[in-house]
Amino acid sequence: MSDTLTAKDFATDQDVRWCPGCGDYSILKQAQSVVAELGRKREEIVFISGIGCSSRFPYYMETYGMHSIHGRATSIASGLKATRPELDVWIITGDGDSLSIGGNHLIHLLRRNFDVNILLFNNEIYGLTKGQYSPTSPEGKVTKSTPFGALDHAFNPSAVALGADCSFFARTMDRDPKHLKEILKRGNAHAGASLIEIYQNCNVFNDGAFFTFTDKATKGGSTLFLEQGQPLVFGAEKEFGVKLDGFKPQVVNLNEGHSLDDLWVHDEHDYMKATLLSRMFDVPSEGSLPRPFGVFYSAERGTYEVALDAQIAEATEALGKGDLDALLAGNSTWEIK
Amino acid sequence: MYYPRRKQSLILGYFCSYSTRMNETQQELKEITILFAGDSGDGMQLTGNEFANTNALFGNDLATFPNFPAEIRAPLGTVAGVSGFQMKFGSTEIFTPGDQADVMVAMNSAGLKSSLHNLRRDGLVIINSSGFDKKNLKLAKYETSPLEDDTLKYYRVYQMDITKLTQETLKDSGLGRKDVERSKNMFVLGYLYWMFNRKMDGTESFLKRKFASKPEILNANLAVLKAGYHYGDTTETFTSRYDVKKADLPKGKYRSIMGNQATAMGLIAAAQKSGLQLFYGSYPITPASDILHELAKHKNFGVKTFQAEDEIAAVTACIGASFGGALATTGSSGPGIALKGEALGLAVMLEIPLVVVNVQRGGPSTGLPTKTEQSDLMQALYGRNGEAQTMVIAPSTPKDAFETAFEACRLAVEHMMPVMMLSDGYIANGSEPWAFPKAADLPEITPKFANPKAYEDKEYLPYKRDENLVREWAIPGMPGLEHRVGGLEKEELTGNVSYDPDNHEHMVKTRAAKIQKIEDDIPLQTIDQGAEKGKLLILAWGSPHGAIKTAVRQLLEDGYDVSHAHIKYLNPFPKNLGDILKNFDKVLIPEINDGQLDILIRNKFLVPSERLCKIKGLPFTAKEIIEKVKAIY
Repeated sequence: MSDTLTAKDFATDQDVRWCPGCGDYSILKQAQSVVAELGRKREEIVFISGIGCSSRFPYYMETYGMHSIHGRATSIASGLKATRPELDVWIITGDGDSLSIGGNHLIHLLRRNFDVNILLFNNEIYGLTKGQYSPTSPEGKVTKSTPFGALDHAFNPSAVALGADCSFFARTMDRDPKHLKEILKRGNAHAGASLIEIYQNCNVFNDGAFFTFTDKATKGGSTLFLEQGQPLVFGAEKEFGVKLDGFKPQVVNLNEGHSLDDLWVHDEHDYMKATLLSRMFDVPSEGSLPRPFGVFYSAERGTYEVALDAQIAEATEALGKGDLDALLAGNSTWEIK
Repeated sequence: MYYPRRKQSLILGYFCSYSTRMNETQQELKEITILFAGDSGDGMQLTGNEFANTNALFGNDLATFPNFPAEIRAPLGTVAGVSGFQMKFGSTEIFTPGDQADVMVAMNSAGLKSSLHNLRRDGLVIINSSGFDKKNLKLAKYETSPLEDDTLKYYRVYQMDITKLTQETLKDSGLGRKDVERSKNMFVLGYLYWMFNRKMDGTESFLKRKFASKPEILNANLAVLKAGYHYGDTTETFTSRYDVKKADLPKGKYRSIMGNQATAMGLIAAAQKSGLQLFYGSYPITPASDILHELAKHKNFGVKTFQAEDEIAAVTACIGASFGGALATTGSSGPGIALKGEALGLAVMLEIPLVVVNVQRGGPSTGLPTKTEQSDLMQALYGRNGEAQTMVIAPSTPKDAFETAFEACRLAVEHMMPVMMLSDGYIANGSEPWAFPKAADLPEITPKFANPKAYEDKEYLPYKRDENLVREWAIPGMPGLEHRVGGLEKEELTGNVSYDPDNHEHMVKTRAAKIQKIEDDIPLQTIDQGAEKGKLLILAWGSPHGAIKTAVRQLLEDGYDVSHAHIKYLNPFPKNLGDILKNFDKVLIPEINDGQLDILIRNKFLVPSERLCKIKGLPFTAKEIIEKVKAIY
């Protein structure tokens, strides 16, 4: 019975093989717990991954699953969703998988707006290949393949997503299971492509990449947790806010002459504001803008699979249900007697 | 019944002339080859196709061969920009679009220059004289006008100023100069309908469909078409009319069919016969795009076409669709197939149905996009990392593409594996009459779906196989059969990831054995023409079929001991192929590549076969086959 499933019902008999201490464990746990609460049957859920550490994920989910090839989980899921719209499809991918080798498929899935959930495990490093820089690694990053520092300018996943007209983008982190779970549920509830960027610590090859956002001492001042209809407030004591000066977000101190009424109120349906949030991407420092977490953007937009079925229904209505004999005969025939 | 075959100086031995009017003779012909050559903007493909359709409707057998540049509009008036269309039709069985043309239409100087060598000596060339002004001659790099020097001394020439005659016809139409000029191909078509005594109603209704929303263009085209016909009827210029009677084809209902169209229809038919949803994921590429265009028209069959962002997405979307239980099909040409390679390896590993149509073109790299070649045979068999065989199957003519596409689907679905269908540009764009089948006569296709009920009290093992080594198709939605698959090596039975050395070797051998088992599910190799045993066997695959068939028919009449076997199943081969090879002293393998089937045959059967390779982006002529046979006989 689907309504009695628990997280444990979604664990498989396979040994989980991530490194001890990997952020992936936390994400797996929350995902198992979220799918258990969906009320869907196990056989209606599909997890599809590409290649990378995170992409082993489907082996640990007692659902249908595919551990595919590098970068292609998104396009495989597109084909599945196009033909089986009723399934609950989850894509597990990493920063290299989705933004480097599979970058093309990601943006096209987003613009087509298939109703799938994409969990982008961003650890800013290539883990499975043992430590090369990734498309989200910051400039200057010293890795095995960049001993003198990476020259590439890093991708900003939220800006990429919004640029591709993603209908749902959220950011969360492995170290905040409560928030992670909440965001996974929000993403799944969204009818359309949900891209969820998860800051995930690779404790072997890039330990502490997101330390600023996860460490108690710095977390308050560097992270901004978005809530719909609420002013943008952050800081250990919620003493800071973000105010809009025209199109320019500014940090203000609520204890120094500014009130909550002055602040930018979060509206996840506002694309323009979402793009501003996506640009709050500097490495936070004293007095700088914080890094937003939560749902940046969520919009109602028709999905590809629904439009595809509607078009078929429309064509069938207009042309009549396809008749194979008529198709084989075509417009003009002749008979030899 | 065999007709005495004409040699290269055809026609003359074939017709009887009788006079119908003072200056007109009517020649009865068994078969005739006609070549249209003009600028790529002159509408030669449309003219050729309409002429072909009309003759097909009349009851001739025929074969067509469009030959056009890769550029949509190559420089006007130049040889590079020439678009050609060759076809042969007749009252006999026709297997090729003809070696050499009997009649040629040259719309401009470049058209004449590019194609005159394809006109037989004493052939008739119909010239649009306004295409031979100073500018056109210069663009075609003629130093003197071929109409005035002795370029055409071995041919019969008939000149008319088609451009001017079209302008005259439309002088009161109110159409601009450009639109007027664009209808001049209808004048040629009308003239040919007069020349061959054909009715114009087929083309008239085609034009009515095509220009339904542009009545002034429709009227102009209809007027010019009629003007061309009347021009032939009323001018007192000496010329001949030809009488090509209906062909004595097997009884039945016929239609005209092009290869890509036949492929698309084969896929739709297979979906209907298997009860599966048809998914076609594809990225536009010459010469395969018409399959996508054709399928996209038939949404009322529930066909889901998906124009993907690239070749990789096209095939991987298919893998997703197949995982979900659809009949997943993709089509491309060589460069696209190269991009799909890694995903095809995944499909091999997953052992799920997938049909991949490769409409081959000249390679390597971008190569010759609009020209035909058979050079992807090795790619089809071996073009992936690891030991990753797929089943390979090839059509031999445009209509055969229907049956081949259907068969590819059947084998993919019933044997749970990717199947590569090797079509080519010549098959894709060529057309011929087709005695199309009845839907009810097509075989049923049985998907190997798992039955969840069978596993209520036993464990489901994703890689458990039947006697043909085929695993079951368990798709999302089937309760209790949840499982995970992937590109990593599978453990036997469970499908769990396994790096065990013995298991890997076992699985590699099992996947190969599974393909080999298909030989029990495909027909034995037959001899197309000639004796079952003898001196020389011509062994071939794919589109050279027609040229070889024509050549062998001629050779048999001339007393040569020669036979022809044409392979449809290239991996695995039919199981009696080796025995057939042993029955002949010599084996000749003609291919539009550098000898790829020859390598496979030598490797598998240790036969000292001989090659006939042509790598010019053009199909074989029957003459080339005949000459090679005579040389090695």
